[in-house]
Parts: sequence; C-alpha cells; structure tokens
Amino acid sequence: MNNRKLKKYSPIFLGPMLIAFTAVFIVPFAMGLYLSLCKFTTVDNAVFTGFENFKAAFTDQNFLNALWFTVKFTVVSVVTVNVIAFFLALLLTRGMRGSNLFRTVFFMPNLIGGIVLGYIWNLILNGVLGTMGVDITYSASYGFWGLVILMNWQMIGYMMVIYIAGIQSIPGSLIEAAHIDGASGFQTLKSIIMPMIMPSVTICTFLTLSNSFKLFDQNLALTNGAPNRETAMMALDIYNTFYGSVGQQGVGQAKAVIFAVIVALIAWIQLKITRSREEQM
Amino acid sequence: MKKLTALIMSCIMLFSLAGCNKGAGDDKNVTVRFLNFKPEIASVYNEIVQAYKEETGVTVIVDTAANNTYESTLAARMGTSEAPTIFQINGPRGYANWSDYCKDLTDSKLYSHLNDKSMAVTKDGKVFGIPYLIEGYGIIYNEELTDKYFALSDKNTDFMSMDEINNFEKLSQLVTDMQKNKDKLGINGVFAATSLKSGEDWRWQTHLANLPIYYEFKNNDIDLSSDATKEIKFEYAENYKNIFDLYINNSTTDPKLLGSKIGDESMAEFALGQCAMVQNGNWAWSQISGISGNVVKEDKIKFLPIYTGVEGEEKQGLCIGTENFMCINSKASEAEQKAAEDFMYWLFTSDKGKDYVTNKLDFIAPFDSFTDEEIPTDPLAREVIEWSKRADVESVPWNFTLFPSQTFKNDFGAALLQYAQGTKTWSEVVTLVTEEWKTESAKL
Repeated sequence: MNNRKLKKYSPIFLGPMLIAFTAVFIVPFAMGLYLSLCKFTTVDNAVFTGFENFKAAFTDQNFLNALWFTVKFTVVSVVTVNVIAFFLALLLTRGMRGSNLFRTVFFMPNLIGGIVLGYIWNLILNGVLGTMGVDITYSASYGFWGLVILMNWQMIGYMMVIYIAGIQSIPGSLIEAAHIDGASGFQTLKSIIMPMIMPSVTICTFLTLSNSFKLFDQNLALTNGAPNRETAMMALDIYNTFYGSVGQQGVGQAKAVIFAVIVALIAWIQLKITRSREEQM
Repeated sequence: MKKLTALIMSCIMLFSLAGCNKGAGDDKNVTVRFLNFKPEIASVYNEIVQAYKEETGVTVIVDTAANNTYESTLAARMGTSEAPTIFQINGPRGYANWSDYCKDLTDSKLYSHLNDKSMAVTKDGKVFGIPYLIEGYGIIYNEELTDKYFALSDKNTDFMSMDEINNFEKLSQLVTDMQKNKDKLGINGVFAATSLKSGEDWRWQTHLANLPIYYEFKNNDIDLSSDATKEIKFEYAENYKNIFDLYINNSTTDPKLLGSKIGDESMAEFALGQCAMVQNGNWAWSQISGISGNVVKEDKIKFLPIYTGVEGEEKQGLCIGTENFMCINSKASEAEQKAAEDFMYWLFTSDKGKDYVTNKLDFIAPFDSFTDEEIPTDPLAREVIEWSKRADVESVPWNFTLFPSQTFKNDFGAALLQYAQGTKTWSEVVTLVTEEWKTESAKL
C-alpha cells in the first residue's frame, strides 16, 4: 500500500479519536478558559467580566494558603512515596519467599477509592489521637501528616510495582559483571540499578507529583480543611469557592485555570529534568 | 466499493451515537423533572410520581441530590438538556444565585393557597419561591428521663416539671444538676454530642446561630429585604456562647473530641437513651424512630425552645419557618412549566396528593387546602404545630435564610470547633463571624 492510499484512510482512523478528543477535552477546556473570565451560575448564563475573577483569586488569602499547603504536602509526599516504594521494590526483587504475596498486599490500597480511604484513615487516626484526648481536627499539623500517611499508604504499592518492573528489566549480566568486578552492594545500587531505572523514576515522580498536587477526595474525607481551612488543598479550595459562596463560580473557575497552569508547568519542568538524565546514560 | 461502505458504516455509527440524546423534547409527552432536596424521602416521591402518572399520564422524574450537595447538583444539572423543571432555593440568598432561572409565580394557583403570603421569596413584589413545608426546631428532650430526674430525692433544684423551664437560667440550673446526676439517670450526659465535624455542623452554625441574629435584627428594626442585613454586629454573641457552652460542657462527649462527631451519632445517642436532650427539628423523628434499639417513646418526646438568656425570652417559642422554597425553571419550555405547576398544585390540593404529603412525606404544609385534621402523625411535627398555636409564645422565624453563604457557615462552624477545642478564644470567634459576614455579603 503506498503512502497516498494510506493518507486517504487517515480520517477514518484518526477521525473518531479527533472528534472524541475535541468533544471531551478541547471544547471543555476552551469553555473553561472563557468561563474564568465571566460571572456565571451555569454555563448558559455567563456574562463576560474580564480579569475580575483572577484579581479576586490572587487576593484571596485562603487560596494562597491552600497553594502553600499543597506545595509542602507535594514535596514531602513525593520524596517519601518514592523513597519507600523504591526500597520496597529492591526488597521484593531479591527473590525472597512470599514476594508475590507482599507485592499484592502492598498494591491493594491502590484499589480502594479515595473517599473510602479518607474515612477509614479518619477513623484510625482519630482512634490513635483519641488516646491523647484530641482528634485530627485539633491542629493543622495532624491533618498534614495524616494526609501524608494516607497518600503514602495508597501510592507506595503502585509506585513499587513500576520500580519492580524497572529493576527486573535490568539484564542480569550487568549485575553479575559488577559483582565480578568487585562492586559492593551500594556501588551496584548507585552505579548500575539507579541509572538503569531512570525511566521508572521519571514515571513515578511524575505520577506522585501530579497526584499529590491534585489530591481532592482524600482531603475532603480526611480533614475537609479542618481546622479552619488550614488543611484545605488547592482542589478543595476551588471546590469550596465554586459552591460555597453566592456568585463566586467565576472566581472558582479562575482558580481552576491557575491551578491547571501550575500543574502543567511543574509537570513540564519535571519531565524535562528527568528526561535529560535518562538521555545521559 | 469496500472503502465507500466502510466510510458510510463509520459515519452511520457516529451519527447513531449522537442521535441517542434526541427524542426527549416531544410536545405530547411532557416530562417534568424535579430535583429533590431530601434524600430520606426520595422513595416516597417515587411513589407519588407513579400515582400521578396513573392519574394524569404525565411523567415526573424525581432526581435526588445527596446530602449537602443540592447546590452543586443543581448547578451541574441546570446546564444540561435534562435540567430540572422544579427545583428549590433556600431563601433570598439562594434566589440571588438562581434569579435567572426562577419563574415568576405571582399568579400561580398554588401561591393563592399559601397561608402566610409573607413567607414566599419575593423580589420587587413578584413571587419567585413558594414555601412548601414548614419545619420547626428547638431542644428535643426525652420526658421519661427528665421525669426520672424530677423524681430524684437528692437533686439540687426545685423543678418538678419541664413546664417550669422557661428561660436560660432555669434551663442551665436544670442541665448542670442533671449532668451531676447522670449516673443515677443512666445517661452519659444531658446533651447529645455537639457534632462539629465539618459538613455536620449545621445545627450550630445555622440553626443555633439563627437566635442571636433574629434578636439582633428585631432589636434594631432591620428591614429584612434591605441591604441592612449585609452587616451584623453579633450583639447577642454572649447569648450564643451561653447556650453553646451549656451544650458542650454538659454533654456525652469531651469538647476536644467534637471535631469528629456527626449528626447521626448525636441522634443515635438520643434514640438509645444515652442522653436526655438534643437540639434538632421535627424532621429528626424519622431518624430517631428508625434507629434500631430506639427507646424514646412516641408520647415522651417533646420540644423546648432554645433559651439563650435574652430578656423576655419566656415568651419565645420554637424556631419555625422553612428553607424549602419551590421554584419553576423559567428556561424550561412553556408546556413543561405548566406541567410542573400542575403537578405541584395536584400534590398540595388534591385529596390523593394531600394524603401523601401529610401521611407519607410528613410535611406540615403551609397551604389553606389542608384542614386542621390533615397534619402529620409524627410526634415532633405535632409538637411544632402545638407550639405554633400557643398564644402565650411567639415563634422565632428562620432568619438564617439571610446568612450570606455556605462559606460563612462553614467558617463559623470551624471557628466553633476551635473554640470547643480551646484553640480559639470566644472574642476571636465573634470577630470572625462579623468580618466573614461582611466579606461574604459583599460577594452577593
């Protein structure tokens, strides 16, 4: 089949995808951008107001607090999730007995929905804190670490599986060669395993980063911002703005656009950095 | 040829997908969509619409928003082709948000039956929301337990009956002494847990807060339809603190642990006889009687007004009003609007409809189509009706429909929790309330 003939078929193969992509991504995204410049109750009665919404969003102290809280949370959970997941993966690729069972068990929390997890951990943490006569709403730091624990519990198993796949794809001959050359365990880890699994690191940091940043249901179910909105992350703040005050849907939408830009920017930078390291090796 | 067939086939498949949505706007089969606010009675509504369909042939589809999600569900549905024809707003503030969608109901048949015309949501003399049920709340108490207390030989008060309790001072004496004798009474505390988990705190940041705001508006002769309601001084903050302190300090639960308590737990404590009192409204009866192991007897469940220590409160009754105002979607087709009005009119005036309203929905309907006998059988609703008829007391209207927004209520609730936990002083709470009221009102 020559090229020209193939080209004739392209609408059939690309068309459905293109239509679907336009309908469920491009159009809503464009509408969202437009709505962030409007005052509206539903999409039907939008009135253009210019950059008023963005002004309101950037002067909203709650939004800035939520941004800062989200950044702190993301940094902590990206580090903890990836470090723990990596070492679990190392441990479970050593061929010890019961590896498969452990892998399954560690992966399982990922199958439970965020809201359910949030409520379960709410009960557990309140039970623990109850022995000190307080509960998770008592202080923002309880809520923060509660969220970190929850995030770790949920994400580690998933990241672990990706790391395991990465480690298993390293040719056994490489490890063996290093071994024969007299490399210590740490040297093997640093100079062989780590560079070889850089693609997995890219995927895992990307996933944890964007998931932590966008965290919503766990946040809603675990603390719902208590105390006094101090543990509200960005997604929750946007939700509260959108539905909490009369006539604030536009501001909520503007916040959502800012949020999308930030997430896209971070993801892009992070991809650039890890990709460049992948290429080096 | 093959290519052509393939192309045609794929086109057909695409269009048949797109065509699935069509066929709903048929004029002969008008469909009314009703977005229901109360999940607990969703099944009754389904019975009602079935009966209505059998009688008239008109299809009414009932959608129900989950607890606390009415506004978001409504906002999501309103933008679609299956927008609700009948929806509800929670008062003037809700109207501000949905004014583009509220049909003028001034000339509607149902409005002409409304007992108290001042209850409707109006703007510039036009009616946009018709209240369709009346509710009341106060302090619900279990008379068996209070009688048990009155019979104690070593109690420190002289009260012999709940009828003597007619102000905050007496209530406070009674409650503190009951709390001291809680072991003898077999309870864990006088009041059920003050549920302050976020999303579960509406009994305090909305219902209880109604009283100080009511007195402030009344005391200053504020015109409730004017912009004067956009700022408050929270003059009766001390009164709010009185009753709130009484609730949290004489309760089944340590104040520091209130942040994880939900409303259902409070009601369960009351139903199981672990406490003697709980602040809630007449809607709570179905909740109490539905709890397995419920020990509260139907003739022993009574209401007491919420006393806060305001002068002259001996004449204060229960808080009676509504935040359920029916609206018709002005953007629906003419035929749908008419069908929607007919359905609501049928529900509140026809014999069959009224039977559902009083006996299954347990609504106290505010329409003159209901006779004095056509009232719900549930004991709390009857208490509300009795209190509202008493000549010696004046009911407190629901001024919380003027609270500026959900955000205000949520922040107030969060501050109350911090106050209960001891991480915020009362004066900080008062400042937050006045400031938040102002900023949220400015957004209206």
